[in-house]
Formats: sequence, structure tokens, C-alpha cells
Amino acid sequence: MSVRRLMAVTKKELLHIVRDVRSLALALALPLVMLLLFGYALTLDVDRIPTYVYDQDHTPESRELIDQFRGSRYFQLREAINNYKTAERGIDKSAILLSIVVPRYYSRHLLSGDEADVQLLVDGSDSNTASIALGYADAVIESYSAQLRSNAQVRRGGQPMRVPVDPRIRVWYNSDLKSKNFIVPGLIAVTMMIIASMLSSLTIAREWENGTMEQLLSTPVRPGELVLGKLLAYFALGLADMAISIIVGVFIFQVPFRGNAGFLLFTSCLFLFGALSWGIFLSATARTQLMAFQMGMLSSFLPGYLLSGFIYSIHNMPRIIQIVSYIVPARYFVTILNGVFLKGVGYRILWLEVLMLAIYAGLVFWGASRKMRLKVA
Amino acid sequence: MRERLLCIIRKEFRQALREPRMRSMLFIPPLVQLFVFGFAVNLDVDHATLAWMDGDRSYQSRELLAAFQGSGRFEVVAEPANDREVQQLLDASRADLVVRVLPGFERDLARGRSTSVQVLINGTNSNTASIVSSYASSIITDFASQVMQERNRELLSARQVAAPVSFHVPQLKLQSRVWFNPDLLSRNYFVPGIVVNIIMLITLMLTAMAIVREKEIGTMEQLMVTPIRPIELMLGKTLPFALVGLVDTVLVIIAALLLFHVPFRGSVLLLFFCAVLFLMTSLGAGIFISTISQTQQQAMMTTFLFFQPCFLLSGFAFPVRNMPDSVQYLTYLDPVRYFMEIVRGVFLKGSGVSVLWPQMLALAIFGVVILTLSSLRFRKRLD
Repeated sequence: MSVRRLMAVTKKELLHIVRDVRSLALALALPLVMLLLFGYALTLDVDRIPTYVYDQDHTPESRELIDQFRGSRYFQLREAINNYKTAERGIDKSAILLSIVVPRYYSRHLLSGDEADVQLLVDGSDSNTASIALGYADAVIESYSAQLRSNAQVRRGGQPMRVPVDPRIRVWYNSDLKSKNFIVPGLIAVTMMIIASMLSSLTIAREWENGTMEQLLSTPVRPGELVLGKLLAYFALGLADMAISIIVGVFIFQVPFRGNAGFLLFTSCLFLFGALSWGIFLSATARTQLMAFQMGMLSSFLPGYLLSGFIYSIHNMPRIIQIVSYIVPARYFVTILNGVFLKGVGYRILWLEVLMLAIYAGLVFWGASRKMRLKVA
Repeated sequence: MRERLLCIIRKEFRQALREPRMRSMLFIPPLVQLFVFGFAVNLDVDHATLAWMDGDRSYQSRELLAAFQGSGRFEVVAEPANDREVQQLLDASRADLVVRVLPGFERDLARGRSTSVQVLINGTNSNTASIVSSYASSIITDFASQVMQERNRELLSARQVAAPVSFHVPQLKLQSRVWFNPDLLSRNYFVPGIVVNIIMLITLMLTAMAIVREKEIGTMEQLMVTPIRPIELMLGKTLPFALVGLVDTVLVIIAALLLFHVPFRGSVLLLFFCAVLFLMTSLGAGIFISTISQTQQQAMMTTFLFFQPCFLLSGFAFPVRNMPDSVQYLTYLDPVRYFMEIVRGVFLKGSGVSVLWPQMLALAIFGVVILTLSSLRFRKRLD
């Protein structure tokens, strides 16, 4: 392998990238747009749940119960209604997510010591929001119930009964439970996957499609040099994207960064190398850009987005999909990113992930060069 | 005119379907996407991994452990002996939460003192963490109220010796009824949304790329010297992909129903009609992108940068309701949002035109405007 020829290929490819100003701008804008969306607009955190209240009881007790919900920042009581029909329409039109119904005789049951029911109608179509909302409602009722019990005890002249066991919950690593804190680091992996599947996967297919491959073949450039040279050019672009992601994530969106920057850089390079090699492998396989792109989307973007644990936890997937996820390099990289950003851990915990990334990068690069050689021959 | 149109349609079909690999690329990716999305996109927490650290090793602490195990939501994976092991378990994400019972737990309970159970939660994934935290605290609270009831009973029987008293403890009970998706399966919510994703990506991408391809390879000039009029060329280029899009939609819906058993409560005809409305937008945007792109790479990047925000702001995975107000207004400009609402309404709620007409109207307006704009531009480029 000659460094001079390698550099020539890289330079040619860099020229391609720089000349196509729009693609370049789009490649750099992509991480920004994704970061802005995920950092600012998109969140799985549920609050201000729009709620109707249907109070059939109209007693001081029922109003006190409703005030418990009003006081919680998780619920936003929209209006008081007086029939089920309105609640139904509200849910049908997605104007509200749940409605609280206080049945008639609520206060009578409560005061006589029977079990007093509180009804909740929930729109379950978005199961995640619904189950979080149910959890909040449960907590409101539970703590109000405990308070009532203790008041009753005091009224009887006894000691206020203390709750015998109280859960003391502490959340590590992401104590505010903000979804952006784990999504923004994971985005670095996703953006790199996109760059790999949209830029590097087209690079050789384009030469085939436009007929410039024959010209390249007539030069003394060897297949391995062609692969590595093209790869290096996109490597620079990928690193720029990573820098943008990290700077915007840490400084604008205040995502904690607790680990070692050198470790992050090293693992990112490994991952990027593997991802780009895969793109080039596809590119050498597909004859048209459309095909290369489709294959890139399916084999790197989609798994990188869905099977990496970036948003959806791998642990909940069916066993077979979990097994498939072991061959998705983004899975290891997302684990590393979360570890470095939120947990501040390094080699000692993450050595296996780093090793897997290295093996993947080596194998795929070898595969891409081999494919290229076969194709040329 | 009809003859020329048929000619170009035939050419496009042949081009798209000639190569077996290309043929499979039109129909296999949607199914793979459905499969992966359907299984992977899941925000439910079924089995949280729990590390149990028992400093008391008593009857009561084992009862609490049994309560966790009996809930069916936790799986005990480790019993760390010290803080270092706890740290390691959480660092390596082997446990979602650590429950720690302190020494003297049973003694405190017996004496009627308050005691606490420590719960450490791995907060990396905030969504999982908040669900896990609400499960854990409800189990502990249930346990507490059981202990309290037992103690009340003891108090009561102790007092009854002296004089019987009626003993009322106010009790509140939450009865929730969950509509449309009673088992709270996120699959039921996500799978219909995937249909939108697939139909949009396929039609947008194929249209944009197919037109730009002719420019890039230089066959566009050949087409221009034929007597074909721009409008015919445009129709000929888009109709095959509209058809592919519709076929894919049907394919994906059938697969979704068979594979994932998603409920379908509404009208098929309504859904199909709305899909056609949405296709106008999607194809129109594809044509528009093709008029502003010179190479396939540009077309692809532009498509992606258009598609991604539209998709993410549509409420597919991230509810529109959670977004900041300013962004919520922005989503009104997102055609995908309307189609997403329609598809979910038809699948899960069985909604009809009476509920969905605003969304349909919005889609129709978007479709007509985008399609008109892009065909105007398309004509200019060819002149």
C-alpha cells in the first residue's frame, strides 16, 4: 500500500465532498437538526396530563380529593364535566388523556369507613403515557389515603399512625429523569450511522453508475487503497459531526459529561471506522445508488436507531431480536456513550464493548477490501 | 396523450421491476421495517432486573422480597453483599434497580417504628427508570399498608378485651378503566404508526431518486427530446410509485394484523382513502425535492432531512402533547402528524369521519398545495 496513492484517493474524495456544497451542508446540519429536536422538543417525560373531572358527589370531601390532583404538577385539570358522554368525546378526539370520576356517595362511603371508589377513565392507546399517568394517579390516591387514615387516627385521640415502611428512592446517573440526558449521547451513534449509510454507501456505487469506475481502475490505485482512501475522507466528516454533537449536547443542552474525553474519542473512531467500512462494503456490492441506499438504511440506520438501546431498551425485546442485536455495532457504542456521559465509567467496565467494536471494525474493513478486489477482478 | 402516458408508465414499471434485486427492494424493506419496528419499539417494562440486598435476613424482609417477585414485574438477578458490588451492578447496567433492606427492619416494624427501604434506580434510561420507580414504590406502599392493617387488627383485638369499639379506617381505592388498549401494550400504539413511516419513506424516496437519476446519468435530455409533455412525464414517474406505495400499505397492514394482532376497529375504506390523500403530499414532496437536487446523493440527503423532522414531530414515538408549546404549533405544519392521528384513530379507536374530518381536510389541503407547487416547478425545469 502506498501512502501517496492513498492520499490521492482521499484528496479526490474530499474534493467531491467539498464541491457538493449542499450535501456537505446537509451532512453537517443533520446532527444539529436531530440534536435540536431531541434536546428541545422531543421527550418521553409525561407531565401536564390533560384531565376532565366528573364529580357526581359534590361534597367537601370530593372537592378535597380533586384538589389533590389539582395540586400535582402532573395533572392539568381542564374542566368539570357532568356526564360520561363528554368524557367519551374528549378521549375520542384526544383532547384529554384521562378523566377522574368521583362516584355519588363517595363521601358517605368514605366517612362510614367503607371502601370509597375513585374511577379513572384512561385513553390507553398510547400505552407508555397511559401507564406513567396511571402510576401518578395511583401515587396521588395512595398518599391521600394515607393522610386520611392518619387524620382519622388522630381524631380518635390516638397517636397519629406513622407509615411503617416508606420507600426511599434514589435515582443514579440521571437524577432528574430527563429523557434528553440519555437520548442526546445516543444520538451521536445514530448520526454516525446515518452518515455511514447515506454518504459512504453511495461513494463506490456512484462510480459504477456514472461509469467513472473504469477510469479509476485504469490508474495504478489498488482496491485496498481505494477503500481506505474513500473511508478516510468520510472519516473526517464523521468526526466533524461528532464534534458538533458533543459540543451542542454538552454546552447547549447541558447533558452531563462525566467520563474521559480521550476514551470517548478513541471508541468513537473505532465505531466510525467500522460503520464507514460497512457503508463501503455495501457500496461495493450494490451497482446502483438507490440500492446501496436502501441496503444502508436497512442494515445500518434502522438497527442503529432501533436495536441499539438508543431509546428502546433491548432488555424488553423478544429473545430472538435480542440475539440479533448482538451483531449491531451501535449497540456496543450506545452502551459506551451512556457509560461515558452519564456514569463516568471507562475501560474497566466497558472493555468488552470496546473489544467488540474493534473486532467489528477489523472484520468489516477486511470484508470491504476483499469485496472490492473481487469486484475489480 | 393517453398513449404517451401509458408508454412512460410502462417504462417506469419496467425500470423499477426489471432487476430482481430491485424488485425485492421495493417490497422487502417495508416488511423488514415492520418486523424490526414492531418488535423493537416497545416502551413497556416487563421484566426489570432487580438486585436484592438484604441486611436484615428476617421473615419480614423475605416477605417483601416475595412481594417483589410475586408482582411478575421484577426478576432478581443478583444479591450484592456490599456497596462496591452495588456500584458495579449499576455501572455495568446489569441491574435496573437495587432494593436494600437495612438491618433492624423487622425489629423496627415490630416496635411500630417507621423504617425505610432504600431503592437505587439506574436512571440512564429515564423512561424505564420512572416506570420501574413507580412499580417499586407501589409494591413497597402495598406492603406497608398490609403491615399497617395487621397492626390495626392487633390493636383492635387487644382493645376488644376491654370494650368493643367500632373501628373505621377510611380507605380509598382507585378503579381505572383503560380504553382502546386495555393491556397497555405499546405494540398496539406503535405498529399502526409504522404504516405511516413506511408508506412515506418508500414513496418520497423512490420518486425523488427516480427523477434525479435520469438527470444524473443524463437520460433526462433524451426524454426531453421525445414528444412527452412535462405533465405526462411527471404523472408517469409518480403513478407507478403511488401504486407501489399503496400495495406496500396493504401488504404492511395485513402483516401487522397477522403478525402483531393489532386491533383494527375502524373502516378499511376510510383508511385507504386517507392513504391516497396522504400519498398526494408524499409524492408531491418527492417531486419537489427532485426539482431542487442535481445528484442522487443530494436528493437522498434532502429527503432525509425533510423526512426525519416530519416523522419525529408527528407524534409517532414522542407525544405531541409533551412538546413545548411553540413546537406544538409547529407540528400543525407537519402533514405526517395528521395521517398519524388518522391511522391510530382508525386502528385503535375505530374513529370515523365525524371525528377525523379536520385531519382529513388538512391532509387534502396539504396534498393539493404541495402537488400543485411541485408540478409548477417541475414544468419550469423542463422548459
